Amino acid sequence: MVLAYTLLLFLLCSGLFYLGSDYSSTLVSLLHVILLIVPLICIMFGTIHFYNSREFIEMLLAQPVDRNSIYFGEYLGLAGSLVMALFIGLGIPILLWQPTEAALYLLVVGLMLTFIFSALAFLTSVRSVDKAKGIGSALLLWFYFAVLFDGVVLLILHYYSDYPLEELVLVLTSLNPIDIGRVLILLKLDTSALMGYTGALYQKFFGTGFGQVFSMSVLLIWIVIPLFRARKIFSKKDL
Amino acid sequence: MIKIENLNKSFGKLDVLKNINLNFDAAEVICLIGPNGSGKTTLIKCLLGLVLPDSGKVFVKGESVLGTWAYRKDFGYMPQIGRFPEQMKIQQVFQMMKDLRGGTGMIDEELVDSFSLGGMMEKRMGYLSGGTRQKVSAALAYLFNPEILILDEPTAGLDPISSERLKSKVLKEKQHGKLTLITSHNMTEVEELADKVIFIVDGSIQLNKTVDEIKKDTNESRLGKALAIMMEGQSIV
Amino acid sequence: MEVKFGHGTKHSGNCNKFVLRRYLSIYLKGLLGAFLFSLLPVVCQAKNLSVGKGFMYRTIREALEQSDTGDSVIVNSGFYSEGALVIDKRIFLRGIGLPVLDGESKIAVITVHASGTHISGFKIQNSGFSDIREIAGIRLDEAHACVIENNYFYNNYFAVYLANSSYCRIQNNRIEGFARTETSSGNGIHLWKGEYNTILNNHISGHRDGIYFEFVKESSIIGNLSEKNLRYGLHFMFSDDDVYKYNVFRENGSGVAVMYTRNVLMENNRFEDNWGSASFGLLLKDISNSIIRNNLFSKNTTGLYIEGSNNTIVRHNEFRRNGWAVRILGDCYEDTLTENNFMANTFDVATNATRNMNYIHRNYWDQYTGYDLDKDKTGDIPFHPVSFYSKLTEESPHTLMMLHSFFVDLLNQTERVVPTITPEAFKDVAPQMKPFIYD
Repeated sequence: MVLAYTLLLFLLCSGLFYLGSDYSSTLVSLLHVILLIVPLICIMFGTIHFYNSREFIEMLLAQPVDRNSIYFGEYLGLAGSLVMALFIGLGIPILLWQPTEAALYLLVVGLMLTFIFSALAFLTSVRSVDKAKGIGSALLLWFYFAVLFDGVVLLILHYYSDYPLEELVLVLTSLNPIDIGRVLILLKLDTSALMGYTGALYQKFFGTGFGQVFSMSVLLIWIVIPLFRARKIFSKKDL
Repeated sequence: MIKIENLNKSFGKLDVLKNINLNFDAAEVICLIGPNGSGKTTLIKCLLGLVLPDSGKVFVKGESVLGTWAYRKDFGYMPQIGRFPEQMKIQQVFQMMKDLRGGTGMIDEELVDSFSLGGMMEKRMGYLSGGTRQKVSAALAYLFNPEILILDEPTAGLDPISSERLKSKVLKEKQHGKLTLITSHNMTEVEELADKVIFIVDGSIQLNKTVDEIKKDTNESRLGKALAIMMEGQSIV
Repeated sequence: MEVKFGHGTKHSGNCNKFVLRRYLSIYLKGLLGAFLFSLLPVVCQAKNLSVGKGFMYRTIREALEQSDTGDSVIVNSGFYSEGALVIDKRIFLRGIGLPVLDGESKIAVITVHASGTHISGFKIQNSGFSDIREIAGIRLDEAHACVIENNYFYNNYFAVYLANSSYCRIQNNRIEGFARTETSSGNGIHLWKGEYNTILNNHISGHRDGIYFEFVKESSIIGNLSEKNLRYGLHFMFSDDDVYKYNVFRENGSGVAVMYTRNVLMENNRFEDNWGSASFGLLLKDISNSIIRNNLFSKNTTGLYIEGSNNTIVRHNEFRRNGWAVRILGDCYEDTLTENNFMANTFDVATNATRNMNYIHRNYWDQYTGYDLDKDKTGDIPFHPVSFYSKLTEESPHTLMMLHSFFVDLLNQTERVVPTITPEAFKDVAPQMKPFIYD
């Protein structure tokens, strides 16, 4: 499964690099892949993996080991293998073709999204005993973050376009890890467009050291909160 | 060796265990019997810390163990359904368990030999039959030579020969002073192994007697029959 | 893929040949005029006056006073700060070893009233600054057929200023300014009124406008590099029949602005890295009957901005990695956008128009996703270069932050199938399957 994921990423990535006429439009296509596929695979694979290893986790918990270690062990095992897949499937083609700053950002964002959506997968898994329900909610969660959320944001921005929206935009993007990742890469890729009009404001914010630290911190929070929320549930969960 | 005091557990509105009080000593084989969903497995999981009771206490060797984990080094557990990551080889599963336990204690590979698992060490768990997986589970339970063994329907998927070998292992370890807890639906098996029988219905203990006492009370030489008589008595009462 | 710039005549088949021929003749006439004037000293008996330590004249002023029409004043290296110098007879003022003429931030360094004057080889620095008068390093006042070449202009208010002068040539100068605000700074090369002037191979940076033309006709600007100027790399108004080619305009505050002008030919220029909230590669405002071709527009906030223009041909240009490749306003009509390459732009075309009165035809759009079943290298379904999202960002600029969101792509795709708010008429019915290769 992880191998198939690696292969998928690798083929997509090399294919885009091979066929792409312009480097920056290739990266844009790659950006779409990362923002859609990485979260989807991570949350689905994570959830399915968790349900499938229920009995095994039970077995492990019957051993003289702390629940926390099992929990974090499972998480690191899952996220670790997905990160490996990302690094091989995406990292190698990037290093081979275009090891630029924007491409490396792409990799870092992919990495963070992997950790975030693995944590979200655990959260959905521990919350529901029913496998079908768990996988269903994982899929919904992905749909919400990848598609629905942006639609709502667009609607809000369009509706209130007469008001100063800078802070609102910052808050809204912070509420969706996919959006933060997108904006981070955007600022490296579409500088021309973003230097104009409103974009310059955000360029100023995210382009500075503070903005970078800010967005990275928000991404970290997006890992930590679901991860520890799930840990809390898991530590009291009956298996 | 194990003492359970006023143990209660409910899943939602369903009371699974109602005020359980039990005492197990070393060198005993205790059989937990009862209809499906009566709370046998939940009780076992409470002992192992897999299920956290709502109230009550569990003592192992005199120490209260709820919320702790180190005490489980004295336990060997064979679950009802043993499932392992499919890509793992048997040998890797054993190695992982050894790493997990980390102890330097004695390793008991008798079951590995008697189940002839030695030749299959390189096979992946995903390709094993249900019975073979059971064998791996059983061998793992005994591997670290624990003082307390918990076997959840151990012979359900095993072939007759393997069943016999497992049973003789149970009896042999009893001689070594070990406490064994078994859940089972197989009365012959219970008769062969049990010193004590605990009968659970709807989360309450209906019966907790030695096999001899049961036979004496009912004047029946066969345990199955004796239990049937007792159950009828219960239902009348 | 690199675009090579060369004379675009190869593709000029459909262009207005008459216009081209006329441009060529303008250019030659300008050169010829300057050349004839420069021959004059050889014909007459002229003398050389040397200035410098150990030479006949200690000051340039002295030498100028002693000189007659047609003489050469040769200034040796050194530092000369002699107040405002005025040249009122035709002479050759030539520096050897880059002598420095300093204006002490007070005065106009050289003012020329005589036609045919030739100034070369000086470092001209620190001209005065004035809110009222346009003080310059070298100022030509109704002086025709002058040549200003191989000078280094350093920290001047205006560097070269031509008022009502024609047939002049400004070439091979390095012009470096340190403009801080638009109001306190002047232009690099400033021409007000005149014709048949040539601005060739200069490098201008750090002024308000790199090159400024107002009422300058039949002139040409060739091979210059104008970069990092505060406002425009090139700014011209009311200057008909001019030619601009092989120039590079880079990182200027607002790019290049061409306004209120007819018959302009702009070819083989590069417009690069003009970023900012009001920035564009090239702005056309009220331009008519002009040709924009073989140019490269790269990494500008807006590549080409067209307002109130008509009968202008935009052909064989490459638009690459711009925020908005082309922004064409609704008051343009009968402009032609053809055989251009659009690559890796965030938005290809933006417009506020609801109708289309221009021709958009046979361009290559890398965002085109159609097919070519009949293998004629032209896409079988039209391309709508104005995307739904581009419309949306016009109305609510903040939605720009949702760029590359999956949802946005979804909207764009839907809009392409069923157009609702994008102007249906804004389309290229013959989008190319492969980019054009220009040489």
